[in-house]
Amino acid sequence: MGQPLKAIEMKGISKAFGSVKANEDVELTVYNGEVHALLGENGAGKSTLVNMLSGIYHQDSGTVRVNGNEVRFSSPKDSIAIGIGMIHQHFKLVDVLTAKENILLGRSSGLFRNSKQLTKEIRAISDRYGLDVDPDKKVYNMSVGEKQTLEIIKVLYRGARILILDEPTAVLTPQEIKRLFRIIRNMKEQGCAVVIITHKLNEVMEISDRITVLRRGRTIGTVDTDKVQVGSLIEMMVGKKVDLAIRKEPPAQPMRPLLEVDNLHVVGHDRKSALADISFTLHEGEILGVAGVAGSGQKEICETIAGLTKAEKGRIFFDGDNIIGKTPREIIRLGIRMGFIPEDRLGMGLVGSMDIVHNLILKDYQNQPGIFLKRGPCAEKATAIVRRLDINTPNIYYPVKKLSGGNIQKVLLGREIDSDPRVLITAYPVRGLDIGASYKIYDLLNEQKSRGAGVLFIGEDLDVLMDLCDRIMVFCVGRVSGIVDPSKVTKEEIGLMMTGGKEDAAHELDQHQ
Amino acid sequence: MNWISISKREDLPKNREGVIRAAAVVLSIVCAGIVIWILGYNPIQVFPSMVTGALGSEIRLQQTILKAIPLIVTSLGILVAFKMKFWNIGGEGQILMGALAASYIALNVDGLPKPVMLLLMAIAAMVAGGIWAFIPAFFKAKMGVNETIFTLMLNYIAIKYVTYLQYGPWKAPESKGFPKVANFEQNAIMPELFGIHIGWIIALVCVVVVYIFINHTKKGFEITVVGESRETARYAGMNISSIIIIAMLISGGLCGLTGMIQASAVEKTLSVNLSAGYGFTAIITAWLSRLSAIAVLFVCIAFAILLQGGTYIQISMQIPASVADMIQGIILFFVLGSEFFLQYRVNLPLWNQKVKEVA
Repeated sequence: MGQPLKAIEMKGISKAFGSVKANEDVELTVYNGEVHALLGENGAGKSTLVNMLSGIYHQDSGTVRVNGNEVRFSSPKDSIAIGIGMIHQHFKLVDVLTAKENILLGRSSGLFRNSKQLTKEIRAISDRYGLDVDPDKKVYNMSVGEKQTLEIIKVLYRGARILILDEPTAVLTPQEIKRLFRIIRNMKEQGCAVVIITHKLNEVMEISDRITVLRRGRTIGTVDTDKVQVGSLIEMMVGKKVDLAIRKEPPAQPMRPLLEVDNLHVVGHDRKSALADISFTLHEGEILGVAGVAGSGQKEICETIAGLTKAEKGRIFFDGDNIIGKTPREIIRLGIRMGFIPEDRLGMGLVGSMDIVHNLILKDYQNQPGIFLKRGPCAEKATAIVRRLDINTPNIYYPVKKLSGGNIQKVLLGREIDSDPRVLITAYPVRGLDIGASYKIYDLLNEQKSRGAGVLFIGEDLDVLMDLCDRIMVFCVGRVSGIVDPSKVTKEEIGLMMTGGKEDAAHELDQHQ
Repeated sequence: MNWISISKREDLPKNREGVIRAAAVVLSIVCAGIVIWILGYNPIQVFPSMVTGALGSEIRLQQTILKAIPLIVTSLGILVAFKMKFWNIGGEGQILMGALAASYIALNVDGLPKPVMLLLMAIAAMVAGGIWAFIPAFFKAKMGVNETIFTLMLNYIAIKYVTYLQYGPWKAPESKGFPKVANFEQNAIMPELFGIHIGWIIALVCVVVVYIFINHTKKGFEITVVGESRETARYAGMNISSIIIIAMLISGGLCGLTGMIQASAVEKTLSVNLSAGYGFTAIITAWLSRLSAIAVLFVCIAFAILLQGGTYIQISMQIPASVADMIQGIILFFVLGSEFFLQYRVNLPLWNQKVKEVA
């Protein structure tokens, strides 16, 4: 075949948002029949780059060639017409419609459409790439994996030969990831070009043929996957050598129970059961991980313990006292030292427009006497936290929302550990953080553990959960499907527990092939 | 290439901010001048006479300050609510209910010494204004009812009720059929200091108190946090319902105080016209002050100059009231519009390119 055809060739691409240069002189070449990984930390410019490919943004300068011809997109429609399909991280599907209806949406060819013919076409595409979705199933009945498959069918049906997947594995179980990778390999064999954006290195090594690394909006280099080591990839991403081992020390002995949750039931906003029959014990000096598919009750368990959500029934003992039904104010007044890092940092944990000092006051002011606000002690505390956690900020009176994600998280974590909490609840504390910041957070959590605090760690990356936690509690649709010792189970076993131990479609597919 | 692109500004140097604001004022004067010229008046005469009309003599200056007082107090009330992102559009109603309560005391309580009488009227007015604001606050806090519509509708109830009293039960017998409430006794009328009723002292005190309340008290901090993010307030253990209700009692109380000042010192009776749109104008001034109590003082004075200047040119140059209103509208349009340019940067890539090619 000789030199394979260049599916995408981007040269000298620059794009600025205001004064921020998101892409600067970026190069990307993707051949037909290859899986190309776009690797980089958050804010490296990956999404900006592919959004220009999908016609959402327009580059300030530089050229884009697709199959050798220079193209100029003025809208996503142009991009789709030329055969580029983008699978976004957040699915763009209509819940109440069937798979088939979703595929038809936005197709303006004719008023009526032969439904049977369409089903046939969908089946043809599905068979060709090993996709499996029932055309008449409603989207709201689908699992996350099925929705993603449907998104892929949708773009393939529209004639895409170049596929871009933005963080496709973030929400999938290990089984679903395996299945997705099988689909990607099928597409590659059919001669499609696949661009996959991710920051999970083991997945990059497993699925991709070549890797382009971006850092701070610039191309650092393109390498062949089979000729590169993980260590040097990280160096390319971060710009320096990073030690990627999470240290784990055995939990304190004997294990003294600290927080006991007993038969907890919580009803969610939609009046459906969000948590059912949850019982577990968090000990002093341990990190208890929580694994589960997104939306399995992680948010509810955190907020119920913190006193933000009312429980239907059940008991929560903190050091022997039942704290169920207590509001956060009452918990603070009781002198219970509990730290809570919520999932939504700026929406819940912090006030974005306020500075570090006022965000510290937030947790402190209720214990101040009198009606006036005392800022002095908090200003000192802010200075200390900035120094201790190495927070990169012009000064302590700088609005926190203008800080980078990692520094925002450090402010929040710094405040929560400042009171030497006995229980620390952390929901996705490293989400959106770059590698360096993530490891800083792991270190801080370990520090809390060795100090004797009980840490509840809600995570999404199973590798991290297994490396960091002493025990892992697995959630499956609002129930605990098991609490396991990470040294004694495999990732796949935890994945099965996340989906309720059911032999899901991935396994059936295994048997077919 | 896009012919226009708009992006949010990161930081704006102080001198650039000054340039943009000054440009807005200059442009507004030019535009208003063109309108005046089209209508057949001489802008070069109109504008200076607006300024002299507002500041040119002691009496005119007093008139300007008389207009600034209710605006300042009401704006402060609106500010407290807006700080919490509670859109209190009900200033008019709260002013009138305050005036109503103060008038009830003034007309029905006899023989009190002046300070006691005025204090009693002020308290009654603040309570009444507070209650008028408490109603929507309660429903917002407990049931999430939309406060914008609720406060707006309460205005009309207040207006119609005061109209009813003025035309019916409270109509003074000696007014010979003219729909007018009896004038207050002397002990219910505010004293003057330096030729202006002491409302100006009240307004200054309110500015300081509200500034300290918002910036230096725990309650003020709570109000600000609730305004920024309810979830964060909940997370920090704040009692959101009680914060909403307290803030609105203060907001309505200040608006009610305006009603008492206007009834006691300006109208010297209860009249449905005494709110004179201050409840609505205060929304603009509170926004222009960027919800800062200190800025309210200056913005309201500037606004009062505009109002007084407009009134003056009607009389001195026989310019119709609607033209004066247009001038005010144009100036406001530009000043408010400049806020957009302060927050966003507008690029015209094609234009820039052309300029480069020519050069």
